[in-house]
Amino acid sequence: MKPEPLLDVAELSKRYALQPSGSPIARAIRRLRHGPEAVPKLHAVDDVSFTIGRGETVGLVGESGCGKSTLVRLIARLIDGNEGSIRLGASELTHIPAKRFASVDERVKIQMVFQDAGESINPRYTASDAISDPLRRLRGLSGDALRSKVEEAATRCGLPLELLSRYPHQLSGGQRARVGIARAIAVEPELLILDEPTAALDVSVQVVILQLLEKLKVELGMSYLFVSHDLNVVRLLCDRVLVMYLGKIVESGPAREVFANPAHPYTRALVDAVPDAKRPPSGRVRLSGEIASPIDPDPNTCRFVGRCPKAESLCRQAMPRLQPVRPGHQAACHFSSSGPQT
Amino acid sequence: MAAPALLVDNLSVEFQTRSGVVKALEGVSFNVAKGETLAVVGESGSGKSVTAYAVMGILDAAAAVTSGRAVLGGLDLLAASKEAMAEVRGREVAMIFQNPRTALNPIRRVGDQIADVLLRHANVTPNAAPREAIKLLETVGITDPVRRAKAYPFELSGGMCQRVMIAIALAAQPSLLIADEPTTGLDVTTQAIIMDIIAERASATGMATIFITHDLGLAAERADRIVVMHAGHVVEAQRTRDLFAHPRHPYTQALIAATPGHTSRLAELSTIGGNLPDLRAAKLPACRYAARCPRKLAICDSSLPSIDPTAPEALACHNPVSSPPMGEAA
Amino acid sequence: MSTNASALRHARYVLGENPVTAFAFGLFVLIVLAAILGPSVVPYDPLASNTSRALQAPSAQHWFGTDQLGRDIFSRVIVATRLDLFIAIASVALVFMLGGLSGVAAGYFGGWVDKVVMRIADTIMAFPLFVLAMGIVAALGNSVQNIILATAIVNFPLYARVARSEANIRREAGYIEAARLSGNGDARIVLTQILPNIIPILVVQMSLTMGYAILNAAGLSFIGLGVRPPTPEWGIMVAEGAAFMVSGEWWIAFFPGLALMLAVFCFNLLGDGLRDIVDPRRRT
Repeated sequence: MKPEPLLDVAELSKRYALQPSGSPIARAIRRLRHGPEAVPKLHAVDDVSFTIGRGETVGLVGESGCGKSTLVRLIARLIDGNEGSIRLGASELTHIPAKRFASVDERVKIQMVFQDAGESINPRYTASDAISDPLRRLRGLSGDALRSKVEEAATRCGLPLELLSRYPHQLSGGQRARVGIARAIAVEPELLILDEPTAALDVSVQVVILQLLEKLKVELGMSYLFVSHDLNVVRLLCDRVLVMYLGKIVESGPAREVFANPAHPYTRALVDAVPDAKRPPSGRVRLSGEIASPIDPDPNTCRFVGRCPKAESLCRQAMPRLQPVRPGHQAACHFSSSGPQT
Repeated sequence: MAAPALLVDNLSVEFQTRSGVVKALEGVSFNVAKGETLAVVGESGSGKSVTAYAVMGILDAAAAVTSGRAVLGGLDLLAASKEAMAEVRGREVAMIFQNPRTALNPIRRVGDQIADVLLRHANVTPNAAPREAIKLLETVGITDPVRRAKAYPFELSGGMCQRVMIAIALAAQPSLLIADEPTTGLDVTTQAIIMDIIAERASATGMATIFITHDLGLAAERADRIVVMHAGHVVEAQRTRDLFAHPRHPYTQALIAATPGHTSRLAELSTIGGNLPDLRAAKLPACRYAARCPRKLAICDSSLPSIDPTAPEALACHNPVSSPPMGEAA
Repeated sequence: MSTNASALRHARYVLGENPVTAFAFGLFVLIVLAAILGPSVVPYDPLASNTSRALQAPSAQHWFGTDQLGRDIFSRVIVATRLDLFIAIASVALVFMLGGLSGVAAGYFGGWVDKVVMRIADTIMAFPLFVLAMGIVAALGNSVQNIILATAIVNFPLYARVARSEANIRREAGYIEAARLSGNGDARIVLTQILPNIIPILVVQMSLTMGYAILNAAGLSFIGLGVRPPTPEWGIMVAEGAAFMVSGEWWIAFFPGLALMLAVFCFNLLGDGLRDIVDPRRRT
């Protein structure tokens, strides 16, 4: 196996307490009558473990609401989790609360590129201001040293220097994406989280940005956590892929193998939903039913049970755990071994 | 050949803006046959949505149709009176939009919203309308339609809202459905289901479908024929399989080569050089792709091959990529 | 291309597009000129009484007529501009700081900060605002400072709420997360990311409340709280003139009233125009 992962996430969970129903007075009366009541909790990320090796690109796929955004914000240390550990290299990051994380040395090592590049740049900042900010704060640069670093980052990202004085609304979508990337890589992080970096772009621009990301990864020796809903893009860019469903990782493995031979019925449905002119839509797996509620889910029931074409009574009695299907390929399904054979 | 469900002929649209007149559409021509699914594909700024809005007569105030006609069942929609258009919309041609939640009235139950359309366009009696609405919800694959009919839009997921929109659009059994990026913003699993429903309803009722998308892969899977647009021009139209096998316009070829899915290596994807031309410019080259085109000829700046609006195929290029062998074109 | 030049061009465009805003700007310039130059250009001493010329109707000599003490009303109206404008600007500046900052803090941090700020705002809103202002001035004493303070306090909820909701929207914005990733702490984020984006909105708010602040100050003086005679001030002048309306000497109250109305009108129109100018999305 790999010697030492860059990122090691173990048993990470994030739950949001929800406001109980009723007015404060009604709640007080309920409490008097029935004793203290449990606050309902939304399980956004539930017991998630995975690693990212040095120089590796790991894809994270799943539908909206599956907890992808929460998971990457936990790892980026923008929010605190409830349980679990996040180790980057040798240091444990969960000991430092997110509130204080801005001022510690590890901050520079994890950076992020956001989905909507336009929205992630302060409308009152020029491109140069935006790229300068992390360099100034995290690397302590100023004056000429700062300017040359900003220009270096811009050049690396293919952003013409004459655009540096422009505001985000004066830039095209592709140029904004380059500013967002330049800002994140300027401080040379070890782990770069890419949150749907090309979702808002046209295909012709998307290709350019994806190729740029691939080039930067090699040049700067970064690892990527690449969040996307576009399996075709994930297939192109990622070494490994994590499939997330309702706060849990349901399958993980080498990207190509997972997409070619999905072991979890949910992954199968995802793959079958990707438009493909060579396969007629009929005969592909379609998900029926409603997505289960993430609020206090039954710990002894598979989260996918309401939509799963394979569900049996066992799935309502025990939550399946991630188990190896093939070397390096795991799935959380009671019937994954009886899944597609190789 | 039978009369097409919709014929768009030489449609031009201009927008008045602060910084000048934007020639958003110029000489757009295409047709869709009865029962056919036509995809209009293009990147942002190609004018694909403007085309749909012009046909539906719902362009905003800054826009003006400067030429062309859009013939549906013998009626030119671009010349029709407001009253006539109000009749046609909903009854003859219906449209669904990218963001279904904003297209639904947030404070009315979805069943009532469907019933409204039935009463207005489908000669249904007030007593029967609620029942018909529930039936429609069933046809778009909504489980437990009786309960869902009582729901408000915010109580439904994005995919559910889009199904309700489809139910509303199909209430009066229109002969043409225009779907403007109906699944953009939805999850891929939901997208598959929505597209299945549209295809199923189209084949059940024999209506024509124009579906507008930026996703070439989705168009490849779902459409019988594809119209490719670039910067307000139709550059090419072909049957889907032929378009992917023999793209003839250089832009179509570049677009296909840039779309992930056909290859497993990032390096094999190719990029499209240059940017969209500024459509405000006083003097645009005749072919708006000319500045980006590797196959540009001198003539491309001054003239553009005209398109036969009634033909199933179209090509606006003086120097197409490679002609298919004789005899195969038919 | 400098941004200042483009901002100027944009301002000129908005003014050209919207003649009403241009008119309001013109009026604003006049008011400011009157406030600055007024005392040195008026034809008469605004305080000098001359009973032999009392209660004269408007004429070529006294454009706005004279009051019961024979003072020239035109001079008094012009000279009063400085005091009224000063009270309005000072109170609006004060509430801009207090309301804006606490509103931004409430919106960004939430939690107990939010609760405290909003409950203060709710408490102020629970009073009829003018009565509250009267109470404050009556309790603290009749002085210009207290009028300013009272006017600022009654406007506090407006600023706090606007700033809070704007900060709340931006709290989750991508560029705030990006700023945090860039190593900015909460205080820096509020000061360098959130405030600069909210200030233009608050400036519009300032212009809109400026008219109200002028009215409020004049109102307090009108009922005898605040500025005292013989100081020229629009509210007092209207109050003094009101008694003469019945006997037909309409000009004593009319002209200061007109000045008051024009000023309020001007600031309200200005607010709408400013909104168009500061909105960066309307700039190309």
